[in-house]
Amino acid sequence: MSTTADQIERTDKLQGMGCSRKRKEDPRFIQGKGNYVDDIKMPGMLHLDAVRSPYAHARIKSINKERALALPGVHAVLTAEDLKPLNLHWMPTLAGDMQAVLADEKVHFQMQEVAVVVAEDRYIAADAVDMVEVEYEELPVLVDAHKAMDSDAPVLREDLAGKDEGAHGKRLHHNHIFTWDVGDKDDTDRVFDTAEVTVNEQMTYQRVHPSPLETCGCVASFDKIKGTLTVYITSQAPHVVRTVVSMLSGIAESKIRVISPDIGGGFGNKVGIYPGYVASIVASIVLGRPVKWVEDRIENLSTTAFARDYHMTGELAADPDGKIKALRVNVIADHGAFDACADPTKFPAGLFSIVTGSYDIPTAYARVDGVYTNKAPGGVAYRCSFRVTEAVYLVERMIDVLAQKLDLDKAEIRFRNFIQKSQFPYQSALGWEYDSGDYDTALKKVLEAVDYEGLRREQAEKRARGELMGIGICTFTEIVGAGPTRNCDILGIGMFDSAEIRVHPTGSAMARMGTITQGQGHQTTYAQIIASELGLPSEDIQIEEGDTDTAPYGLGTYGSRSTPVGGAATANAARKIRAKAQKIAAHLLEVSEDDLEWDVDQFRVKGSPDQAKTMKEIAFAAYNNLPEGVEPGLEAVDYYDPPNFTYPFGAYLCVLDIDKGTGETSVRRFYALDDCGTRINPMIIEGQIHGGLTEGFAVAMGQQLVFDEGGNILGNTLMDYFVPTAVETPVWETDYTVTPSPHHPIGAKGVAESPHVGSIPCFTNAMVDAFSHLGVTHMNMPHSAYNVWKQIRASGIDKS
Amino acid sequence: MAKQHISFTLNGAQTDVLAEPRELLIHVLREQLGQTGSHIGCETSHCGACTVDMDGESVKSCTVLAVQANGTEVTTVEGLAAGGELHPLQEGFMEEHGLQCGFCTPGMLIRAYRFLQENPNPTDEEIRYGMSGNLCRCTGYQNIVKAVQYAARKQQSPQEA
Repeated sequence: MSTTADQIERTDKLQGMGCSRKRKEDPRFIQGKGNYVDDIKMPGMLHLDAVRSPYAHARIKSINKERALALPGVHAVLTAEDLKPLNLHWMPTLAGDMQAVLADEKVHFQMQEVAVVVAEDRYIAADAVDMVEVEYEELPVLVDAHKAMDSDAPVLREDLAGKDEGAHGKRLHHNHIFTWDVGDKDDTDRVFDTAEVTVNEQMTYQRVHPSPLETCGCVASFDKIKGTLTVYITSQAPHVVRTVVSMLSGIAESKIRVISPDIGGGFGNKVGIYPGYVASIVASIVLGRPVKWVEDRIENLSTTAFARDYHMTGELAADPDGKIKALRVNVIADHGAFDACADPTKFPAGLFSIVTGSYDIPTAYARVDGVYTNKAPGGVAYRCSFRVTEAVYLVERMIDVLAQKLDLDKAEIRFRNFIQKSQFPYQSALGWEYDSGDYDTALKKVLEAVDYEGLRREQAEKRARGELMGIGICTFTEIVGAGPTRNCDILGIGMFDSAEIRVHPTGSAMARMGTITQGQGHQTTYAQIIASELGLPSEDIQIEEGDTDTAPYGLGTYGSRSTPVGGAATANAARKIRAKAQKIAAHLLEVSEDDLEWDVDQFRVKGSPDQAKTMKEIAFAAYNNLPEGVEPGLEAVDYYDPPNFTYPFGAYLCVLDIDKGTGETSVRRFYALDDCGTRINPMIIEGQIHGGLTEGFAVAMGQQLVFDEGGNILGNTLMDYFVPTAVETPVWETDYTVTPSPHHPIGAKGVAESPHVGSIPCFTNAMVDAFSHLGVTHMNMPHSAYNVWKQIRASGIDKS
Repeated sequence: MAKQHISFTLNGAQTDVLAEPRELLIHVLREQLGQTGSHIGCETSHCGACTVDMDGESVKSCTVLAVQANGTEVTTVEGLAAGGELHPLQEGFMEEHGLQCGFCTPGMLIRAYRFLQENPNPTDEEIRYGMSGNLCRCTGYQNIVKAVQYAARKQQSPQEA
């Protein structure tokens, strides 16, 4: 059936999928009417602030609260001793470990929470923090993850003494957390033993922090009379917070209301449960008053979450033509003092096994050993699916290292190893079933767009003149949308997600989801899905998320899971409604259901197009004129358990020029082609890609949490921690192909994290490419001017 | 600590407030005067989420004492729209998708409001320099530059934009 002008007009009116609808969130934000946690003010509200350790590893000899308590306006000073009777001085982490809420007898990292003060206002609380006297006895500090398992390494976790079994199997040392491995080790070793060509490289993926512009915080309010607890919180997973708070406090989930209001960016920072939240809840229960805690930037960078800190060794075995035969990876993962990684519970190294990337690698083995150090806990997915950024970095670096060894072009070696379009669904050597992809087309399109051959010619000319120019390629595959409940859960709760849609008699609709937007524009895009599925204008569809009292249970927004999981639930719930609408339409038109066909916004009788009922008409009938045996109303709920992950991919290319005198890098061009399957709102997709690329640029070029030998964190303000301004940030060029996911109801795959995952190795590849003719095969991030200048000196070209 | 009387013009309205000498302007705006549009992102003057306009200059209100506002004219994001009409910058940020989580947006808007008075017809590069005191973690700035250009065009010739 061809599309008529009338159908196009009706489709346009819906503002459904595929259109760049303007955001519904914006009018509030541009007028200063956002409602973030720190904007919330409740009658009688008190402020909580934390006393933090100046030492990375020390025994607490005494805590004297007297002076602080004597300060007018101070209501309480709580220490681990005070939380002990409630059994809340330690809390379980998402990774199966325990974490001290307030330091219990000893501190394990600098800035760890030792006590909390609750006072009338934030100024008095800050004064009182300075009046709490804590006496410490310093202990030897462990900073270097490579030394964690030395026989004479200091014992960090005395609470685990004698525990040889951790949450993920055997512990090999007092500072060892887990060994996780995947793939066939013996087969892989055999391939390496006989391979004609092998390469290996050690790379450190530095410790970084997501650093959203809004820090973490909450307002906890316990109503002693009703026995109910309300918590406004900066959480990417409010329903999970409710469950955990219930488990910790013993309050029934039905008496806990968790609300994620507007969130000023998350990027993984706001998945975890932090001591500040727990302490605020306890303080509110104890004092019977609302308690607000909002961390400052130094606390944010020092304590709530970090990302990466993976110390990786990658190896490839190949034939002389560059066809990869095997991949072997070993990782030491620095998890800090408590294992609080935010991964699906059964995946201590997240989805790191996507490390074979976009390439048809027949044999592979990967092993990750998690270790404790005297640093903050965390290990969050900073704008990526769990540990996917690390995995993609490794394989995208290694394929370049192999190309260099064989003197092959870095695009050519990718074409020789890509999984072919005809191989999908593709079973990877490490156990994943890639749903769909077309890697050849994507890379070809990028190479043409930038005139790759021309760039290589220019680079050759520049090299001849002694100038440094780098061209980096990255052809990544992501794995997002956690995930199938058969293997993905958090604390035993399967990682489904949900949507509930109610169509009102006059044809407007209200929908609620278990996810929570933090800038992604859910209020705009979910409405577009429903508009297309139901034929109701998106303008008439209200989206609500984040309030556990009203929204259906969901696992939240991180790991690019909203569209793959929540979006699928939304489409399915809408389809349930449409199925019921079809019954009602058949009744109204006095035909059988089979005689009807769906047409944009109405059901019409096949072969008799004048006989039709619009969804709006059907909605009204749903409340007054129904076929026999059909219950009134027009609503549906869907809990979606994805059959598989989705596998967005992309091809990126970066061109950069390096100043040999200063080491400063100028990104001349960055071309990003993304394939996220079906595109719901191209404007929002492009915005997400710009943002992800910029965060990738930040990680590659400057971000690092640096520690000295004493475990002192050296860069925990925005003075030292690199967040690029508009001046440093490159101008981005974007492009796309569309390869829909075959198992997703609307074929969408998720997009927001791909640009972060894909751009970081692209920058490093460009950087190393600039030096590759000098024999350089790897440079660790961050590629700051100083680090690059050191490489220029080491390569002996600073004087030339 | 004895409170000081502070008298200033906030978004065109005469405003009187009592604050301790050590209190920061951002706290007084947000907590006493209910103007929560300006945000706190870093407390060290780097992020610009707290930017307000004071006597014709962009200032970071997390490092301005409230008492310093005495006798000044302060404009915050809440004062940008006039007579029920959105400011061209507000319109531009919406049209060009210049915001995502919205946390930096009020500071961005207020900085751009002053910047376009300093330079009504800027190049993209001038916008990037002029806005470099304001950090955004979501947008990558490209659409913020476009949004400021949209407003510049509209202010030059209100019919077009």
